Amino acid sequence: MTLSPARPVASAPGSRLRFPAVGLGALAVLLGSIGVAITLGPADVSLVNVRDILLNHLAGADIPVRVSEDAIVWNDRLPRALVAAACGAGLGLCGVILQSLLRNPLADPYVLGISSGASTGAVVVGILGVGTAALGIPGGAFIGSLAAFGVVLLIARLAGGSDDKVILAGIAVTQLFSALTSFVIFAFADSDEARGVMFWLLGSLEGVRWNDVVLCGLAVLGGLVFCLVRAPVLDAFAFGDDVASSLGVSVRRARLTFMIVTALLTATLVSVAGAIGFVGLVLPHAARFLTGPLHVRLVPVTALTGAAFMVWVDALSRVAFSPSPLPVGVGTALIGVPVFIAIMFRRRRAL
Amino acid sequence: MTLQTRAVTWNRGGRLVVDGVSLSPKPGATVGLLGPNGSGKSSLLRLLCGSVRPTSGVVTLDDRSLAALSRRDAARAIATVTQHADTVVDITVRDIVALGRIPHRGVFGGDRDADAAAVAEALERTGLTGKAGELWHRLSGGERQRVHIARALAQQPRELLLDEPTNHLDIRYQLDLLQLVTELPVTTVVALHDLNLAAMFCDTVLVLKDGRAVAGGTPVEVLTPELIAEVYEVNAAVRIDEATQRPHITFTRSWGDEVE
Repeated sequence: MTLSPARPVASAPGSRLRFPAVGLGALAVLLGSIGVAITLGPADVSLVNVRDILLNHLAGADIPVRVSEDAIVWNDRLPRALVAAACGAGLGLCGVILQSLLRNPLADPYVLGISSGASTGAVVVGILGVGTAALGIPGGAFIGSLAAFGVVLLIARLAGGSDDKVILAGIAVTQLFSALTSFVIFAFADSDEARGVMFWLLGSLEGVRWNDVVLCGLAVLGGLVFCLVRAPVLDAFAFGDDVASSLGVSVRRARLTFMIVTALLTATLVSVAGAIGFVGLVLPHAARFLTGPLHVRLVPVTALTGAAFMVWVDALSRVAFSPSPLPVGVGTALIGVPVFIAIMFRRRRAL
Repeated sequence: MTLQTRAVTWNRGGRLVVDGVSLSPKPGATVGLLGPNGSGKSSLLRLLCGSVRPTSGVVTLDDRSLAALSRRDAARAIATVTQHADTVVDITVRDIVALGRIPHRGVFGGDRDADAAAVAEALERTGLTGKAGELWHRLSGGERQRVHIARALAQQPRELLLDEPTNHLDIRYQLDLLQLVTELPVTTVVALHDLNLAAMFCDTVLVLKDGRAVAGGTPVEVLTPELIAEVYEVNAAVRIDEATQRPHITFTRSWGDEVE
């Protein structure tokens, strides 16, 4: 057996060592956050109890715990924390994709109206009952989000196709689909239905269950793997379509597939948790400070930090005005907007 | 056995921006595309790199239609430097140059040592080794241009397409860059504004006007006062440099009328 000499580090010094540290750190923070978030709430559950309950369910241990605590942790708080994590990761991924493809640091599914489109689709299926059997609410949300995305790109192209037009188009489309959603609710829903839907529209993780965890988890894992495999394509768009094309990317096909992935992810998350804003906008910027702009590092770190961020926002919005819950979308906006402004200031100073 | 066009035409929204142009550079040669603004230089380059398809005629790489090749196979052979390629991403020079390795990478990475070597060589050749850690938005216009050239070199192409690469460059770097391009063992098609630079460095030139090729051949054959007057609508005197046997163009000023 021979010892090979240590290979010289070709990339910038420290960056190869730093990335695993950042990645593992983010993973540890996420797992820790989920553990702590589960203990928070009206009924006090200690971290030790949480561990015991998880061991009972996951590792087949047989540690005696109170039935009520077991129900709260396993049926309510854990699935909720996992859906929150999936939402944070998924919205972060959507933000990364859109910011790369549209070459706009302000792009995210909420700003561009893709979330609004998904809400409209979900409401049309849920309240009007159009295609309930064939599509279900996630299917309706998917069609709505694709339609909104398509309209945004069409308006941006008709308006001259420059990279900043897409945000203006997004504002118009957001307003259009919000109005359509409100119209459907006020014209066709009874008052109880309307109250529930309005709460969900603001982004809410009330009453999510394990089937929601499976749905969101599969969507986000799929999106994560896709983005990791296609990370160089996202890098190639840094200097625009022509450069991407000269680097061997078939631009039209890449745009279409990423657009469908974004719409699918947004639709899945919106159909479960409503339209949650600012996570997709802010988290990729925060992650870039940790990893730099290359997507093979940015994608996993955005997913992990986005997940941890949402777990905390959800936990805080559960306990802040307990027992009445705060819609999680309100929490992400209250935290996300100042963070975004801070990032804008830092960027300006850097220039 | 290079990148060629046969009677390519591009009808862009009802306007023939390229009209029946044929180009067949010798392998390793440096071909200058000349012509006033809007004459179709950039459009011809876009056809050559395959980012748009010709309306009629055909672009071939090694006698195969470029349209039939995958974008990735094309990118392994052809590197392009366009004008005005800018980014909002905070990215370092090294990472930009490394983008040139994307077409050589498989789904699960590629040959990391070959990538690192190609990037290092491209940085060295463009004099950017010392700037490798700098961020894009801190670079001057000339440095940005060199970064794009380095990115194209990292692609290790056989064909290099450059659209006005000397714009924004100090005269020293204009000369350095064209010197580099002519020394590379690749076929280069370069759109140029400056007739004297074209005369100094190009093996052949193709002159375009309104999308049509109006003259082609060696600089001595093509760059005559008559042609310059016809295409650029200016008066010029051309003398052949004794040492290099290359034409040298001086423009004559017409008093009272602004002429470049």
